[in-house]
Amino acid sequence: MTAVMAAITPTTLVHLSAVDIAIIVFYFALVLAIGLYLRGRSNTGEDFFMAGREMTAWIAGLSFLSANLGSLELMGWAAAAYQYGILAAHWYWIGAIPAMLFLGIVMMPFYYISKTHSVPGYLKLRFGESSRALSAISFALMTLFMSGINMYSMALVLKVVLGWNINFSIVISSATVAAYVALGGLRSAIFNEVLQFILIWAGAALIPILGLVETGGWSNLRLQIARNASAEYTHLWTTLGSFKDNPMGIHWTGIVFGLGFIISFGYWTTDFLVVQRVLSAKDLRSAKMAPIIGAAFKMLVPFIVILPGLLGLAVLPMKLTGETAALATGGHSYNEVLPLMLARYCGPGLLGLGITALIAGFMSGMAGNVSAFTTVWTYDIYRALIKKNESDAHYVSMGRWCTVLGVFFSVLTAYLVMSFASIMDYVQALFSFFIAPLYGTVILGMLWKRATGAGGFWGLFAGTVSSIGMWAWVKINPAALRYVALSPNARDMAENMYRALWSWIVCVVVTIVVSCMTKAKSDAELNGLVYGVTAIPHEAAVPIYHRPAFWATVVAVFFVAVNILFW
Amino acid sequence: MREGGISIWFFIGVSLLVNGILIVGAGIWELIAPPALDARVVLFNLHANVWWGALLLIFGLAYCLKFSPGRKT
Repeated sequence: MTAVMAAITPTTLVHLSAVDIAIIVFYFALVLAIGLYLRGRSNTGEDFFMAGREMTAWIAGLSFLSANLGSLELMGWAAAAYQYGILAAHWYWIGAIPAMLFLGIVMMPFYYISKTHSVPGYLKLRFGESSRALSAISFALMTLFMSGINMYSMALVLKVVLGWNINFSIVISSATVAAYVALGGLRSAIFNEVLQFILIWAGAALIPILGLVETGGWSNLRLQIARNASAEYTHLWTTLGSFKDNPMGIHWTGIVFGLGFIISFGYWTTDFLVVQRVLSAKDLRSAKMAPIIGAAFKMLVPFIVILPGLLGLAVLPMKLTGETAALATGGHSYNEVLPLMLARYCGPGLLGLGITALIAGFMSGMAGNVSAFTTVWTYDIYRALIKKNESDAHYVSMGRWCTVLGVFFSVLTAYLVMSFASIMDYVQALFSFFIAPLYGTVILGMLWKRATGAGGFWGLFAGTVSSIGMWAWVKINPAALRYVALSPNARDMAENMYRALWSWIVCVVVTIVVSCMTKAKSDAELNGLVYGVTAIPHEAAVPIYHRPAFWATVVAVFFVAVNILFW
Repeated sequence: MREGGISIWFFIGVSLLVNGILIVGAGIWELIAPPALDARVVLFNLHANVWWGALLLIFGLAYCLKFSPGRKT
């Protein structure tokens, strides 16, 4: 305890009382207790890597969402809302909801019926070993990097907000995640993600509630933002007619096609970090319902992430700036908007719960990365390429060790990021290189039976290389932005959207051309993998309110409504 | 998720219950011994930690009882 207290320095953004510390310590104790409790229920590969495939739709759905709520999500998008206004909500609505519904209704049957352990595993069944190897190795590497970045970001936040030593935060959080995932496998990660989801809401929901009380409601908030910043900050679509008319420097085509159709579909339907949670569902109906439940809650997340950023524009007495300017002037950066709002409204106890919500968010993201890495490494790299035909117990043991090693390498990555700050930008760009082409490969594989193994591999390869090429082109010659993002006025966000769109198109075109020149598989070989040659169980006997399609329609109607409401 | 084990909702109930008790306790202590004016949070007069903590406590207690490992389904 002395060491703990010694790690807490007096100069901080907020000051924790004894009851706040008790709440944080209790949280760490509870997640470890859950890991210990579940240790005895993770003895087989199916238990450890797939949580026994016995999760209900609610648990799989909340875990699916919670694995994404971690990382830089809470702090980063609150900061983006302060910086860009309500445009940041696009990443929660058009940038998530259609893709999540598509995953539930269209894609889940193929993932689930094929009984694959992972997305690279599906590529093996559909396109062959080379596509799986390319996808698995890139995913494993990127997952470790992302996990390290998350870890470093969390440690940085705890340093800024609480004054905690960075090394102390990294060691405590990584050891906790390693312990509960290594002990209980995916089941433990999922249990904790659901707990973390509830704590995030319990800790963060009070900020927008009290913020709206202070500002006098949404209408008054808009007036105050118009006075302090600009009226553009509260419009979702009206400012997207030109790159120059909005603070994000983006055009509606980039949001709709780049974000809405490519990046979002790529992330939510093919990133194994989130798909793994749905694959753990107990039956096909639960697997289809899980992303729909996730979508319903995803639509509400802007309330605890975007709204606090907007409230910061209205009520905070100081002007927040970028990280560099904040360091130079000694002021506060955009990234501190959520802790500042927390400190504004939350007294003893509530402050501890709010900080717990932040820690829970970061830990759920880290655990999501580590458990997905463990599965892909064990099944798609180790068992496929290094040691075939070992016993199930051997692979479970490998999974446990791999969890610890994965966390260890994430810690190394965190220190690498710390040493070279610009690496963070590069790695996030690297991660995006694989998402859009992978989506092109998977969607063609599922919906077009003529796609061949060679087509899948070369399409994925060409899409990835073209994405890296476009990124390097703009880095070397910034003037190339006018070609990649269609405008010299485009900013970083817009460049990412259009690069994703072009790389997806390259992937799809190359896959189609190569497939047409190579021999297709027979219908019998594609059974269970491709639309049109797979018998999907009908739901005719189930009441309408039990059907995933019904709830997907309900969520879709609300999705359209919120876009019109904040137009 | 309760076959042969403790439900995740029970763990969530325990978490909300303990947090609720601690937060309500801190809120009541602030009512008894209010902090100095310059140390108070914005909207201190609403005593958010009392009612928000009570809400967590009630939900936590309900989940603990409903999903208690000893309770027969």
